[in-house]
Amino acid sequence: MLFRYLLIVLIILPIKAFALIEVDITRGNLNPLPVAVSPLSIDEKSKSNFKKILKKEDLGSEISAVVENNLRQSGLFNPLNKNAFLQKPDIANLKPRFEDWNLIKAQALITGKVTFVDEKLRVEFRLWDVLAGKEMMALAFTTVPSNWRRVGHIITDKVYQRLTGEDGYFDTRIIYVSEKGPKTNRIKKLAIMDQDGFNNKFLTLGNELVLTPRFSPTNQMVTYLSYFRNLPRVYLLDIETGMQEVVGDFPGMTFAPRFSPDGKKIIMSFAKDGNSDIYTMDLENRIVERITNHPSIDTSPSYSPDGKYITFNSDRSGYQQIYVMNSSGKNVKRISFGNGIYGTPVWSPRGDLIAFTKLHKGKFYIGVMRTDGTGERLLTENFYQEAPSWSPNGRVLIFYRETKTNSKGEGFSAKLWSIDLTGYNEKMVNTETDASDPSWSSLLSN
Amino acid sequence: MNLSKILKNIFVILVASFVLTACATQKKTTGQLQGDVYTGSDSVEYLASGVADRVFFATNETVLTTASRETLRKQAAWLRKNSKITIVLEGHADERGTREYNLAIGERRANSAKDYLMTYGISSNRISVLSYGKERPVDSGSNPLAWSKNRRSVSVKAN
Repeated sequence: MLFRYLLIVLIILPIKAFALIEVDITRGNLNPLPVAVSPLSIDEKSKSNFKKILKKEDLGSEISAVVENNLRQSGLFNPLNKNAFLQKPDIANLKPRFEDWNLIKAQALITGKVTFVDEKLRVEFRLWDVLAGKEMMALAFTTVPSNWRRVGHIITDKVYQRLTGEDGYFDTRIIYVSEKGPKTNRIKKLAIMDQDGFNNKFLTLGNELVLTPRFSPTNQMVTYLSYFRNLPRVYLLDIETGMQEVVGDFPGMTFAPRFSPDGKKIIMSFAKDGNSDIYTMDLENRIVERITNHPSIDTSPSYSPDGKYITFNSDRSGYQQIYVMNSSGKNVKRISFGNGIYGTPVWSPRGDLIAFTKLHKGKFYIGVMRTDGTGERLLTENFYQEAPSWSPNGRVLIFYRETKTNSKGEGFSAKLWSIDLTGYNEKMVNTETDASDPSWSSLLSN
Repeated sequence: MNLSKILKNIFVILVASFVLTACATQKKTTGQLQGDVYTGSDSVEYLASGVADRVFFATNETVLTTASRETLRKQAAWLRKNSKITIVLEGHADERGTREYNLAIGERRANSAKDYLMTYGISSNRISVLSYGKERPVDSGSNPLAWSKNRRSVSVKAN
């Protein structure tokens, strides 16, 4: 029953939203699935141990709050109010009284147990189908206590996967540019945070301008543009060690970097004498290869997930448009033909779609099209927004949006937003400071 | 002369003055823009007396206007006289474009200026190019006049 319901939701959505070149302005409620996230039960001894280590009163409740927030943010689930729960966490985890959960209209139930074992955090959880009265999944993990938020994210990923049939995107991080100061002299720093905005960390000090950080799809490396010593160049940064290095030895500006899907190459633009072309550098043997050779501006390259194709931005037709070519640079084809100009193409990790930014009649749109340019669909319209980045499962896009400013500089803000591929569930992503250029990591636990 | 005639005359004068002031204000706004290229002097600084430091571009354009070429010829003459000076050409874009494309267009604008200076006898090793894309606007406003001031290439003394 539960299964059939979700299957219907997931199949209907994409079809319904396939209206051609129209902004989907209906943000209707999609009847998100009612789910009860019972606080994970915890014994008194474990509770006091974790309180000592983590300064958290009740770690069971804290972890379930992470799960609950993730599920709500996804827009597909409606976590029910805990005050209505009739059964105690410890008993529910052993054997739920399904009539009680049915009474409050829960269709799925998550229960679990947290214990302190050998200085470690042990968490078990179960997912129950309330209507069928059956256990759908049971798992247990052991980790260091400081990883407790990640445990919440991993539980959410497992639940999401079991109920939707698709991989989750919750145990992930976002790298972005943190912004401060007047618009005419913004101070920008690289920053990284969990997908839900927690555990924010700055990776650079703000001494030089930094732009467009992008995660490696295979590990925790990042490539970005830095104006270190006023020489704008593509850099490689290892998040774990903090080591950074310039990518290649180019006699001019390199920019717009991204990793190849196997993480072995960086693809980017190199600007020389007023002309930008696309190049790759192999990170193992350091061999640089020229991919495009055209007097127009070629930039914003992004590989298809199988590595066989590259989508990029070029003004060879006179204005910015989106093109696709073989990864060798051969067989260049323009794919964007709608009204307006198109930029920042990014290939979906599922392979079937390209997300982009579009400017038309003074408005900016985030949209998606098929890789041959058909089926263009605009998801959101605003004064200024750009730079979509896909969640690893290809279901959600994160991008940044800027507001109008007067000539005194008042009114300006830059914030991260996310939206579902369906055009629903548009949400601001909370950041400590203003923020731009987000890039979504792959799943940390795989 | 009766009262109605006097009133009529006053009315005519009033209308005339309205038309005139309307003209004046309109000229003022169009006076800073030709097409959508900035022609005012609001943000302009000077390398030397009479030698403006920057040139402006139309939306999405990297081609030099007649006025820009005149400014650059003055810069070239000044650079020829001051042969030890080296410069950085800083290319900029307005905020109405994607960040990466704007970096490229800023680089192309600065190179348009560089090429022109070179044809007037300035050696390429005295000129370096630095694109800021849309990262360093001079006017924070989100309006066509502010954007026109921001689409620019600025010659900055490097030594």
